[in-house]
Amino acid sequence: MSDTKKFLFINRKAPYGTIYAWESLEVVLISAAFEQDVSLAFMDDGVYQLLKGQDTSGIGMKNFSPTYSALGDYEITKIYVEKESLEERGLTLDDLQHLVWEDEDEDYAEKDSIRLVSRAELGDVMAEQDVLFNF
Amino acid sequence: MGSIEANGKTYETDEEGYLADLNTWDKDVAEVMAKIDDCELTESHWEVINFLREYYEEYQIAPAVRVLTKAIGKKLGKDKGNSKYLYELFPYGPAKQACKYAGLPKPTGCV
Repeated sequence: MSDTKKFLFINRKAPYGTIYAWESLEVVLISAAFEQDVSLAFMDDGVYQLLKGQDTSGIGMKNFSPTYSALGDYEITKIYVEKESLEERGLTLDDLQHLVWEDEDEDYAEKDSIRLVSRAELGDVMAEQDVLFNF
Repeated sequence: MGSIEANGKTYETDEEGYLADLNTWDKDVAEVMAKIDDCELTESHWEVINFLREYYEEYQIAPAVRVLTKAIGKKLGKDKGNSKYLYELFPYGPAKQACKYAGLPKPTGCV
């Protein structure tokens, strides 16, 4: 599998003030369709992208937050969320969507995709990658 | 921009024939789109089209063909969740062609 590279998409911005979050998600889906080893990281205001119960009806933008639940179908099973970023914003994992993937080898058992990591651990994850994308 | 006529109604499309607004979709326009491609929609076609509409409703995206194939296999059975079956139904590419008839945008990453 020499053609497979490890891609990490780092999401740092709030979901709707700019186009970064949606653009990132689109590139993620494209990369996964090409069968690369894709992981996502959410830090800084990027953690807001995963919040439950988003409602964009007042700002005339598409609410793309349901799309994160499709990542498991694209075999994206590693979604890193930085602990410090959550804490600085008064959030916990319970405020985020529950994202899962199905393990075909274990009769489609649902497994959690989100991994809570410290800033230092996220640094280690970045060091393992072939390609980093910053959004 | 283009448009398609079905049953006395006009539907706006983009330059590739995908519906401009998925809320304007109905079965009539799907039938007419298929006829343009010389394709007769059977029960089996509708299974896939309806599946795609449900998928979009839930996730707000049109799935990539690999994802579609796997998901169809899970929902409708292994005999349908393979590329041979889906390409026989939709020779122009299951994701592309079926999404068009379903009124969805072209799948992300499709060129």
